[in-house]
Parts: sequence; C-alpha cells; structure tokens
Amino acid sequence: MKAHRRQPLYLAFLLHRLSGLGLALFLPLHFYVLGRALAGEAAFDAALRWTEGPLVKFAEFGLVFLLAVHFFGGLRLLALENLSWSNRHKTLAALAVAVSFFIACGFLLRAV
Amino acid sequence: MQDLDHIQVKVWRGDASGGGFAEFDVPQQPAQTVLDVVTWIQRHADSSLSYRFACRVGMCGSCAMMVNGIPRWTCRTHVNKVMRDKRLTIEPLRNLPVIKDLACDMSEFFDKWKRAEGQFSGKDSRQQPVAAISPVEPARRAANAAIECINCAICYAACDVVKWNPDYLGPAALNRAWSLQNDSRDRRHDERLQAVSGDGGCLSCHSQQGCASYCPNELNPTGSIAGLKKMAASAFMKKKYRERHG
Amino acid sequence: MVELRLYLAQRISAAIMAPLVLVHLGVMIYAIQGGLSADEILARTRGSLLWGGFYGLFVIAVAVHASIGLRNILSEWLQLRGLLLGGLCWFIGLALLAAGLRAVAAVVGG
Repeated sequence: MKAHRRQPLYLAFLLHRLSGLGLALFLPLHFYVLGRALAGEAAFDAALRWTEGPLVKFAEFGLVFLLAVHFFGGLRLLALENLSWSNRHKTLAALAVAVSFFIACGFLLRAV
Repeated sequence: MQDLDHIQVKVWRGDASGGGFAEFDVPQQPAQTVLDVVTWIQRHADSSLSYRFACRVGMCGSCAMMVNGIPRWTCRTHVNKVMRDKRLTIEPLRNLPVIKDLACDMSEFFDKWKRAEGQFSGKDSRQQPVAAISPVEPARRAANAAIECINCAICYAACDVVKWNPDYLGPAALNRAWSLQNDSRDRRHDERLQAVSGDGGCLSCHSQQGCASYCPNELNPTGSIAGLKKMAASAFMKKKYRERHG
Repeated sequence: MVELRLYLAQRISAAIMAPLVLVHLGVMIYAIQGGLSADEILARTRGSLLWGGFYGLFVIAVAVHASIGLRNILSEWLQLRGLLLGGLCWFIGLALLAAGLRAVAAVVGG
C-alpha cells in the first residue's frame, strides 16, 4: 500500500467503502434467496438448506461483520459531518471494528 | 579524513512527458535534512537537477516533495528520521503536473483556490471604522484555526480524492473557504458556499484525513470541510436558498 | 445542486436505516440459532404488517443509499462520468428496489 495511505483513518475509509461494496454485491443474492418463498415454502426451505454448510456460515459471519462495521463506521461519519469536531476519530474507528468483530463472533457462535 | 557514511538516494528525474529514478550516493552529515541532500546532489553530483526551495527554515512551504512516499517539507525533514537502511526516495509532489524533476506546476492548485472563492471580499473602506470582532467568539476561533495555510500543497498531494476526481477543489482551497465563511467581515458567504458545495466541492471529501495527518502547520482541512458540509446542508434546508440556487 | 441532493439523500437514508440495521442484526443473531428454516422465518413475517413495513422501508432506503454509494465508487475508481454513470446508478437503484420489494412480498405474502 502506498506510504501516504498507511494511516488509520485512511484504512477506516477503505473499510467503509469495501464493506459497502461487499454488502451491495451481496444484496441481489439475498433478495433472490428470500424471493424463493414466492415458489412456496418447500422451495424457500431448499434455498435455506443451501446456506447450511460451514463455508456459507463463515461467509455469513463475514457479512455480519461487514454490516456491523459499515453501520458503526457510518455513525462515526454522521457524527463527523453533523456534530462538532472530535479529535477522537482514530479511537472511534478502532472501536467500530472491535465492536463489529464482537457482534460477528456472537453470530458465529450461535450459528455453529 | 574521516570515512563518511553514505546514503543511497533515488531521485525522480523527468518532465511532463515522463521520467524515471536516478540514483545518487550522498555523504551523510549530522543534522542533515532532505533539502540538504537534494542541494548536495545538485551542487556535487548533477547540476542539471531542478528543485524548488526558498526560506529553507520551514516557513514558506516551497520545498515540499514526496519523501519515501509521504509529502513533506524537505527542509524540515531530518534524514535520520525518515531513511530506511540508509535509503531515501525523493519525488515531486503527487497530484500535480511536473515541470522538471522535483519542481511541479502549482497552477491548478491556485486555480482551485480561486474557484473555491478563497479570497476575502469585504465591503468596507478605510472610511468605515475598524470591524469589532472578538477573538474568542466561536466563528473567529474557527477562522483562526484554519488561517495559517501557506499553500504548500502537501495536503493536496496527500489527498486521494484529488487523485480520483480531477474536479475536486482539494483540502487547502476548501480549508481557506471555511476560514472565510467564518469571517464576519466577508460579504460573499452565499456565493462562496455555492462555489464549494457543487461538483468537486466539499461534499466529495471522504474524511480520509491524509490532509490533517501531513499538514506541517497542523491544520485540519477535514474538520474545515466537515464544517462546510454542515453549512451547505443547513442552507439547503432553508427554502429561500433552494429557490435562489436550485 | 445535484451533488447536494445526492449527498443529503445518502445521509438521510443512512439515518433512517440506523435503527433498522440494529434490529436486523438482532433478528439475525436471534434467528440463526438452530439453523434457518422457512417455517421459522415465515411464521414471523407472513401476514405481518409490521415486518412488511419494516423491511419495505429498509429496501427503499437501501436502494437509495447503495446506488449513491456505488456512484462514488464508479466515478472515483472506474472514472465513469455523465450519462453512463447516471444511467448505471439509476439502474442499480431501481433493480435493488424491485428485487427487494419482491423479496418482501415473498416473505410477507401468503
């Protein structure tokens, strides 16, 4: 990574952008799976069964992390843009990652 | 004669049409700055090297260059603080077209400053009394916090939105606009807000904070831009503003 | 003022989604225990005006938010401009809206 980018708030920006991109790419699949319910309960169940494998569970863990980190990072940005300036943005960004990871782990522990 | 240690210095040579790195062996000196290194190269190794400097004491910002990929004032950058394994890489400021070697063309930087209405517009003349402004009122504090910019373009070089969006006015211009928006004597607040909240304006900032990280005067363009965003959003909420500006 | 409108639309849709995301995260963590089944999900959502309204609002907000966010990526990282950029983003927004509302109808409808 270019030297000038190796600072925490650039990484926070990158994480926010990539998590948003990841979630946006995931949504069509998500809507498709849910939409299977239109073909009846059995079809919906079959689609959900597809999500049972460990690889998918790990991907879901990743997605929960992406959603949580995009959410908390987004709150930090809404604060930055609407409240008075804080010098704590590095701390807030780190907290966002930590809490999101914690939430994602909570999901994974219940998923297995 | 004491055998001096040497440092391997890669210096970008070329012009607008392209170029590459040239390597130089530069003797190490105590308390040596990167500007000292560049000056040594030009005086003793290759007199065709072009670079800019003026005050050489950290006041004018003319000597700004990329040092190991980070924009710095070379006169204030000590070699022993930044070199790795006795190696140094020196390039012209990023995001600006190169004239020759380490000297870049600052025209677009200043054009954007103008486009952001970075100049003060008062209405009073010497016939009016001096404006009474308290130094502790919030707006004046905000203006003062942003006012020490000396246009060295380090923030401009650090900013990736500048790189990705050619229309983006950049941290310095927007920071100046913010300081003027907080100046109660200025008469073009409305026009300036228009200028900085359109295409390429303050709304394009993604708060990467490279500007605030590398500003040698410890300014905070990210904070200034956040202030402009707030101003733009609340102005928009007022119907009269919308009617006047679409 | 297009930039300002897009900026505000994205921030406002974000603010709307904030509580929705929290609830959604909560529901996911609650529901994942013991695996997902059509039965369990549909028992919660089928015929529910509450969940229909909740997810309907969520879909509308995300269609606005994601398409504007992607617009930044397409213009800054892929250097798209003008009609191609605008057209692509409208398409993405409308596609997400259509697919999303269809999904809501799927789990809420009988």
